[in-house]
Amino acid sequence: MANELSTNVNTNELAQYIVINIGEEQYGIDIKYIDNIVRLPQITRVPKVPVHFLGVINLRGEVIPVMSLRKKMDLGADTPTKDTRIIIIKMAQYEAIGMMVDSVKEVVNLSSDQIESTGSDKRDEAAYVRGIGKHDGGLISLLDLELILQEIQ
Amino acid sequence: MDVSQYLDIFLDESKEHLQNLNTSVLNLEQDAENPETIGEIFRAAHTLKGMAGTMGFKRMQTLTHDMENVFSEVRDGNLKINAGMIDVLFHCLDALEEYVSVIQETSDEGDNDNEPIIKELNDILASKGSAEEAKEEVAPEVSDAGKQAESGSYWSGRELTEEETKAMEDAMLANKKIYAVTVFVEENCLLKAARAFLVFKAIEETAEIIAADPSTQDIEDEKFELQFSLIISAESELEPILDAIKGVSEIADAKGGVFDGEAGSAASAEPVTEAAPEVQKEEVKNDVPVPVTAPAKVEAPKKAEEKKAPAKAAQDKKNGKPAVGRSVRVDIEKLDSLMNLVSELIIAKNSLVSSATNAGENSGALHDQIEYLESVTTNLHESVMKVRMVPIESVVSKFPRMIRDISKQLNKPMELFMSGEETELDRTVVDEIGDPLMHMLRNSADHGLEMPDVRIARGKPESGSIFLDAYQDGNNVVIEVRDDGNGIDVNRVREKAVERGIMTEEQANAAEDSDIINLLFLPSFSTAKQVSDLSGRGVGLDVVKSKIEALSGEVDVKTRLGEGTTFTIRLPLTLAIIQALMVVVGGEKYAIALSGITTIENIEPKDVKTVQSKEVINLRGNVIPLVRLDEVLDIQSTRDPDSSMVVVIAKKGDKLAGLVVDELIGQQEIVIKSLGKYINKCKFISGATILGDGEIALIIDTNALI
Repeated sequence: MANELSTNVNTNELAQYIVINIGEEQYGIDIKYIDNIVRLPQITRVPKVPVHFLGVINLRGEVIPVMSLRKKMDLGADTPTKDTRIIIIKMAQYEAIGMMVDSVKEVVNLSSDQIESTGSDKRDEAAYVRGIGKHDGGLISLLDLELILQEIQ
Repeated sequence: MDVSQYLDIFLDESKEHLQNLNTSVLNLEQDAENPETIGEIFRAAHTLKGMAGTMGFKRMQTLTHDMENVFSEVRDGNLKINAGMIDVLFHCLDALEEYVSVIQETSDEGDNDNEPIIKELNDILASKGSAEEAKEEVAPEVSDAGKQAESGSYWSGRELTEEETKAMEDAMLANKKIYAVTVFVEENCLLKAARAFLVFKAIEETAEIIAADPSTQDIEDEKFELQFSLIISAESELEPILDAIKGVSEIADAKGGVFDGEAGSAASAEPVTEAAPEVQKEEVKNDVPVPVTAPAKVEAPKKAEEKKAPAKAAQDKKNGKPAVGRSVRVDIEKLDSLMNLVSELIIAKNSLVSSATNAGENSGALHDQIEYLESVTTNLHESVMKVRMVPIESVVSKFPRMIRDISKQLNKPMELFMSGEETELDRTVVDEIGDPLMHMLRNSADHGLEMPDVRIARGKPESGSIFLDAYQDGNNVVIEVRDDGNGIDVNRVREKAVERGIMTEEQANAAEDSDIINLLFLPSFSTAKQVSDLSGRGVGLDVVKSKIEALSGEVDVKTRLGEGTTFTIRLPLTLAIIQALMVVVGGEKYAIALSGITTIENIEPKDVKTVQSKEVINLRGNVIPLVRLDEVLDIQSTRDPDSSMVVVIAKKGDKLAGLVVDELIGQQEIVIKSLGKYINKCKFISGATILGDGEIALIIDTNALI
């Protein structure tokens, strides 16, 4: 009985997001695409690549490219602090990539009625946002990872 | 019976046999009378037929059977080889290849009966006039041999070991009956070991195997002739067990009786040795013609039990069957994972080396051990690499046939000369190199070589020559495709480049010949006047280039109008681990493959000259262009501009370039890692490597800078 009840509630799908900070803004990344979150390692610069690529890092013996979400979304250069993290994203059909963020805040559950999809008139940094989540009175811009990866390929 | 587990082996071996057949038939075309070649073809066809039959591929079996019949007649001197026959045989081989590739894709042979070919084969057979009965198999005769053994005990007579005796006693105590069984395998059975295994399984359902002669290990390794003996213990009667054994396909017969211990072994000696010569004789008359003195053979086993094994070995040799090589077939994926593990080990070793260096001087023993570890890992790496190496023969052996076909198709006499087929390359490279080589050979055959009348007018031999030479050169393998044809008309390429808008007329006229020739490697750039079936569609050389570059190799052309063209492919021996020179540029570490470096020089800034606004240095009479790596890598050099410069002299073919670096660190074994799809846009960075301290260094591809 209890099970049936919960499946009924679940028509309103729950998804987990990692909330990250870039500047003052909060962004959400679907947790199912996140392989790992690491502290800022040494980044090796690679010459002659687009500006949003910061270089490559050694993640347990794997060479993983790292990009800057800030630069990709025209939010200025990164200034590494002790809170800076690299989020390792693994999506089917794409190679693993690290994304640098200012800090990682928390994990939240958002049901689909807490998410408002963004309209078609997208401003620059909003171009990569596929929806706005409401949580604890704050707003979380949910990133469209697929679009970002498609563009940088 | 489920034979799917043998499918891989079947496919591998079929391909091998087909390749052998192709080569042999080609030889036959040159030397129609050679009895060795004919014998070889017959054997390969026979084996192929048997294998196809075992695997249940009836259509393939029928076709090979008919082909074998033709060869049987040729071998017996009833038929003479002629040109028409060779063509039919090639069609037949093509059809068989088709079967094999269909089987590979679908695990089924498809439904093409290839009737026209079978008809042609039969026509050949019919043409020999008084058509004798095609050679039939004589497999059932083996059971005659079986009958011989009936009278006596069924154990070979080998003395039982202590363990076996004990197992037998235990079984007797447990009130089990002890039987001796001799199993006869059909004479044309191919997967003998597999059959024996099935026999064991059948027996073990109701009984236990106590002893075997030859040993179970030898049986599994297929080290037995057409029979083997077993001592088994069972609670049940013998009959059902024998029936179960006979139920295994390709088992001719199984005989057995109660085993009566020590006495039995002595008593059995006589009858079984009688059986043995029977089997041998049978083989002799059935298989390859072997000059054997039968009486000697009969005597041999009679002498004593101990002599039996050597006699068998001798028989093996006389039958002309190739000795079983001491080799193992291994899935390439397993080797890949082994190679990855070795890579990881080398990275771990490097990091140990760097921590030990930081630990300081007072740890002599540690350094000794680390040096030892280094030599072990280096040897390990070399061994794994060697395991992965295969001769390029497997890809190039199909080319003579291809050139023959092209020659016929174009009506242009030509010949292919190959050397260095035994040159070895990493398996993955060998798998990929076939297509590019084929493109180049076709290119030579089609565009390179002139028609015979032109050749004669130019004073060349009527028949064109194409050479395929492979050899190892340091850490590289070089494959050259050379022809004595027309060569590339550089001016035509120039015109074409202007026509296509790739260059302006001024650019084209100013460009060097070698740069113009390199245009041929651009996508859809073909100068062939006619588009033919073979080449000239503009696909080809660009595909060749991209394929070879994907293998970290390079390709180069040299040509002389009227004299011929040489394509040179240079491939690295290994793809994963290389020796590299570590350098520092602008505070960043970079690796340069040692194989691309000739020397390292100290150059004073005043010795740098400028030619056509490019920096050059004069090194022992050679004028070498200078590449400032700091500029190429978009970084600021940390070196004092007035002090002397460290210049790494890199080589590509016969071209040299001097790479200016800030500092040298030293030589190191590095594991190449890909940078991934996102950031591989930088063409002079060929990858990355993880250093001992966990830091990443990029690998500079000197070829892209020269």
